[in-house]
Amino acid sequence: MYPQVIFQNRKPNRIATIDEYRQSGGYEGLTMALQKYSPKEVQQIVVDANLQGRGGAGFPAGLKWKSVADHFPFPRYVITNIDEYEPGTFKDRVMTHTDPHMMIEGMIITGYAVSAQTGIIFVRPSYESSAVIFERELKIAKEAGHLGKNILGSNFSFDIVVHRSGGRYICGEGTAQINAIQGRRPHPVQSPVRSTEKGLWNQPTVLNNMETLVNVPHIVRHGAEWFKNLAKTKTASGTKLYCVSGKVTHPGCYELPMGTRLSEIIEEHGGGMSPGNEFKTCLPGGASTYYLHKKFLDAEMDYDGMKKVGNRLGTGAVIVFDQKTCLVSATLNLMDFFVRESCGWCTPCREALPFIRDLIWRIEEGEGREEFIPILRRMSLHTWKSYCAFAPGATMPVTSLLDNFSEEVHEHISQKKCPYKG
Amino acid sequence: MLPEELLEGLQKRIAETDHPRELVVDIMFALQNHYGYLSDEALEEGARLLGMTPLELEELATFYDFVYREPVGRYVIHVCDGVVCWMNGYEGVMDYLSKKFGIRPGETTEDGLFTILPTACIGYCDLSPAMLINGRPYGPLTPEKIDDILNRLRAEAPEPRMAR
Repeated sequence: MYPQVIFQNRKPNRIATIDEYRQSGGYEGLTMALQKYSPKEVQQIVVDANLQGRGGAGFPAGLKWKSVADHFPFPRYVITNIDEYEPGTFKDRVMTHTDPHMMIEGMIITGYAVSAQTGIIFVRPSYESSAVIFERELKIAKEAGHLGKNILGSNFSFDIVVHRSGGRYICGEGTAQINAIQGRRPHPVQSPVRSTEKGLWNQPTVLNNMETLVNVPHIVRHGAEWFKNLAKTKTASGTKLYCVSGKVTHPGCYELPMGTRLSEIIEEHGGGMSPGNEFKTCLPGGASTYYLHKKFLDAEMDYDGMKKVGNRLGTGAVIVFDQKTCLVSATLNLMDFFVRESCGWCTPCREALPFIRDLIWRIEEGEGREEFIPILRRMSLHTWKSYCAFAPGATMPVTSLLDNFSEEVHEHISQKKCPYKG
Repeated sequence: MLPEELLEGLQKRIAETDHPRELVVDIMFALQNHYGYLSDEALEEGARLLGMTPLELEELATFYDFVYREPVGRYVIHVCDGVVCWMNGYEGVMDYLSKKFGIRPGETTEDGLFTILPTACIGYCDLSPAMLINGRPYGPLTPEKIDDILNRLRAEAPEPRMAR
């Protein structure tokens, strides 16, 4: 059993109360930050801890905070979301139903570090229970003096509000999320000014993943070195919430050291393949990553480890496929998802994804031809010209299907049918 | 027309907010709850309340998955067709519901009780195959479990309402 930081108060079917959170040292980090450290010092501790953003890009949180320059105007905002639309990802939901005050404390400290006044939690409709939990617990935090005016007797005032979304995958993209909160159609912005300079209502805005924020109180309390030592690998820090789903015996969300091997995550924590199934491949970090070749099953699950094997950590959501699941068909499902969820604003995404989807559909239906393969590769490359990372992410399953499972594709074409359908 | 109490509640929230536009989704949900869906009338009322144009609301309403611009049943069933649910039996769940109700995805039962919609990953991959009914998650689904859930909802449902 590895040390549990984020899930230290995890209980079956119950949310930790503020008292239980306090008994485990909760809100001590906030007290320390306000009484011992300046905002700049808090930033530096988080830089030293090498807290890599947990949303997928892995950008160091401390550096993001530092990019809010002293002369930038007020008010300033901190935004987080519980909007994880990435297929296979449900860690924010589990966190919220485990220990909501950890996120609240993390957000308040972040607000202090960048001198912000307001925090916003952006919640998707399918997580209405999380919106209700946060509204209730925010009120409790406020009554306890952790939120509102002059927090714990300091000069720092900060409030957090819950913002309900209407529900769309693209709202997870930073600039789209800002548009969404402003009541505009949530299209991503092309080559935007950094949101830390001009974000929500054109004011400095820090967007952090919820899993990034929950680590902040612990880093302040225990220090950068402690946090770095939680990871298994040298270039990573802290623990990671890995979601395991698909054809495994125990699908679920597990807190393990950053850099834990993929094989261990699936075999030991996910309980291995479900009865009668053999491992074929997995998407290691949600739908916008590459199908992993079996030979890389021992790869370390952190940003560098996944990069080394030509993949991405993404959200750390491991979707496991078995030998009986057709990957052409799975890719068709993923493309259906991406085509529907594309906001449709920029041409490479709006036009290329349906085109790719159509070719995959033909291959799956036995109407595929060999010349489709170079077309699929070319169209996938075009998507890198789109405004945001959505479309390139969408083509990752496609290119890795062609790279790692070309035989399966050729079989569909030569047999003029899906070999997995009777 | 909106009941006085609801109208005043919404006006109060708008007056208390620095940026009323931030409330547009909340307002659309409130109107949708009242009318059963976001009718043309509701859209215009929402726009008036927020000082926005109906078109501005329309471009949001048509964008979001959980804002319904067409009449829906009392219970809206969002069946997850994300890749994990797909792998674990989404098609079986959708077929079962369609046959049971005698409707296709996107349609509403004649008694106005149920609408079924395919939906992007709802974030319950550990409980797949999963679905939401009026925002509440259910899974992992089997035909027996679905029967149980629907029977319970039918028993709870007040007067059946005709789909508008």
